[in-house]
Amino acid sequence: MQSDSGSGSASTVSREDNLALSSEDSSSTPDDCGLGLSLGLFLGIGNGATMQRPGPKILTAYDLPGALCSSSASSTLSRVNGIAGSKRTADSVSPSNASSQVVGWPPIRAYRMNSLANPGKSPSNKESNSTVGKDNTKSIAQQMKNCGNGRDSNPKQGLLSKSSYVKVNMDGVPIGRKVDLSVHDCYEKLAHTLDKMFDASIATANSTQCPSLLGAPRSSKLLDGSSGYVLTYEDKEGDWMLVGDVPWGMFLTSVRRLRIMRTAEAKGIST
Amino acid sequence: MDPKRARESPESAVLSRPSAFPDEVLERILSLLDTHKDRSSASLVSKAWYHAERWSRARVFIGNCYSVSAEILVRRFPNIRSVTLKGKPRFSDFNLVPQNWGADIHSWLLVFAEHYPSLEELRLKRMTVTDQSLEFLALKFPNFKSLSLLSCDGFSTDGLSAIATHCRNLTELDIQENGIDDISGNWLNCFPDNFTSLEVLNFASLNSEVNFDSLERLVTRCNLLRILKVNKTITLDQLQRLLVRAPWLTELGTGSFIQELTPRQYADLETSFKGCRNLQTLSGLSEATALYLPALYPACANLTFLNLSYAALQSEELARLLAYCAHLRRLWVLDTVEDKGLEAVGQNCPLLEELRVFPSDPFDEEIVHGVTELGFLAVSYGCRKLRYVLYFCRQMTNAAVATIVRNCPDFTHFRLCIMNPGQPDYLTREPMDEAFGAVVKNCPKLQRLAVSGLLTDLTFEYIGTFAKNLETLSVAFAGSSDLGMQCVLEGCPKLRKLEIRDCPFGNKALLSGLEKYESMRSLWMSACKITMNGCRLLARKMPRLNVEVMKDEESNDGQSYKVYVYRSVAGPRRDAPPFVLTL
Repeated sequence: MQSDSGSGSASTVSREDNLALSSEDSSSTPDDCGLGLSLGLFLGIGNGATMQRPGPKILTAYDLPGALCSSSASSTLSRVNGIAGSKRTADSVSPSNASSQVVGWPPIRAYRMNSLANPGKSPSNKESNSTVGKDNTKSIAQQMKNCGNGRDSNPKQGLLSKSSYVKVNMDGVPIGRKVDLSVHDCYEKLAHTLDKMFDASIATANSTQCPSLLGAPRSSKLLDGSSGYVLTYEDKEGDWMLVGDVPWGMFLTSVRRLRIMRTAEAKGIST
Repeated sequence: MDPKRARESPESAVLSRPSAFPDEVLERILSLLDTHKDRSSASLVSKAWYHAERWSRARVFIGNCYSVSAEILVRRFPNIRSVTLKGKPRFSDFNLVPQNWGADIHSWLLVFAEHYPSLEELRLKRMTVTDQSLEFLALKFPNFKSLSLLSCDGFSTDGLSAIATHCRNLTELDIQENGIDDISGNWLNCFPDNFTSLEVLNFASLNSEVNFDSLERLVTRCNLLRILKVNKTITLDQLQRLLVRAPWLTELGTGSFIQELTPRQYADLETSFKGCRNLQTLSGLSEATALYLPALYPACANLTFLNLSYAALQSEELARLLAYCAHLRRLWVLDTVEDKGLEAVGQNCPLLEELRVFPSDPFDEEIVHGVTELGFLAVSYGCRKLRYVLYFCRQMTNAAVATIVRNCPDFTHFRLCIMNPGQPDYLTREPMDEAFGAVVKNCPKLQRLAVSGLLTDLTFEYIGTFAKNLETLSVAFAGSSDLGMQCVLEGCPKLRKLEIRDCPFGNKALLSGLEKYESMRSLWMSACKITMNGCRLLARKMPRLNVEVMKDEESNDGQSYKVYVYRSVAGPRRDAPPFVLTL
């Protein structure tokens, strides 16, 4: 019996369903995601939410020839959201393959998922490039080139000594955000996070009403390059650079803060 | 007059005539019974035995916290010292259960404070525990000794501070894989300077840094410490100093295994490991590299359990390590070791009984990494005593599984997870029915089974026909029709836990188990073809079952529900949140 056709109870069912729905919505505020933000700037994150809106994209070096990070779009929201070890956030997944399209699959505890994604709490390594023995130098270099390939030897060497939040500002948005770089291991994942963070702002800024769709495009908006925005960062020397030119590891050590800049303003940066 | 005697009715006097044993002797004898099953059996013999057993029971295990209430518990068992409680359905580990579902320990603690003031041990799994509850626990139970929290949520490291501060007699603090708010490592500093009773300390899954001096002093003064599992913030040289203080550890969880060590430091580390002659369990080893693993070798001689599931080892590194671990019975690894690493397992660990292979990159699209059927096969040829396996892989064949279970017929737990849902035998492109058919046919002792891959109803026919000792079954993305689930419900007499997600089982299947569910602990079904009407019918026909329904917010058609059915003597939950509908 596929359809529920109890007519007498239909109204009761729907009322109860609505109750169930509404109270569930109210109980899953963005705060639950451990990002500590209650501004409601993003709408796609919540318990089990798999929505990603298509729409204007943020330009980065990816959109320009010679982009470094060539790994497939296997990033997962579950890792992106695995911040602060919060158990709740590990279920949102990016729909890049059959396995990752499904909530709670494969059946791995949230703690384990988060620890796969967030390796960087080891205390000692400030010059970790020179720390390890010879058989590992190749793998570090490889990791810098092949970000997203968690399978390389010793992929979990944290290049940061502690989690590092950097500010993210977007042109035209008065209130900035912060993003924890240590939970990402490549540009793509960072792009996904920023997509979601500023999704609503991008949509409004471009005056395009993007209907929310279940089931999202495969690639991050960053890879599409139609948004009218560019992702830039301020480095140690105070210069504003286009995100994506240098290996991820190098980027981590030099980034101070991020800015999502209007393409028009960024003209001087892109070639 | 003895209040217990007052309860007996005239007819039971026949069954429980004044026995040759005084009650006290009967109680003394029954107090020697250990397992819950034995005790439950003993309690059914006669009224006298029932009462003797309930007065003498000190430890109680409750597999579903909603199956009974605290009030009923304290009424039956007046002298409990140790409580083990499991709360949420297992699929809550995978975020299929919304927040604030329930299983809060606090109401239990309130009752315990009144009736079990001498409570010593609390072991919780998948319960919600708040900092207030932890503080209440620490303050109200002066004899409290042992706290174990596994896969719980709702508390922070502040709660641990309360435990450390107030529990003067604490022997065990075991915090594992919880959804914890990890504010800081200061809780460790809260153990008083004159506190020396700790025997078990496991904070491996906490992320925040602890004060090493505090830890070192704690380890130094607690000379009964036998189990120590530190977190990743503890460095190798710090570990070395701890080992020097506590060389008699039987279980060790290391911190981060990567650091730049001078040759002298390395030598010290090696020496310290050499001094650990009693080590049976080793875990941690996060970021372990080929560079420092050899320091461990001297400590591995007596190892029975090696947990490398947070150490991304390569096959050669594992092989070299295993050469020293001939007595291994349990091994957990990441699939970074690949098939080659598993070959080494088969070659070096003939006594192996349990193998768990976790995926290092679960969402990786490419199939070329991780383990395949070949690794599993290799282990089965070398480790004939294998009885517990958890295997995450991206490809499997029916033939391989058939060979594996021919090699290892003693499986009690067979959990195979082919990570792409609904994937067939990658060589023949057929469903994986014959694989699981082989498992249930060849392994008569099978208690727990988790299936995956492309499966038709045939798998479940096999299960219903052959898996006569099956107690727990986990099913996802499998089956063709209601018949599948029906076969299992009708065919598996010992079935206790059935959890199903994303299968085409509907009301007919659900209702075919009407008589069955009262003999089971619980049933979970989500993203199946159940409708509200089916659930209502079930609830109406079986009033002693709790039938709880949640709307499945992940479903596209808005028709799908999550159903949790369980037997209970406590009636419907009084603490159900608004999104849980009790029918």
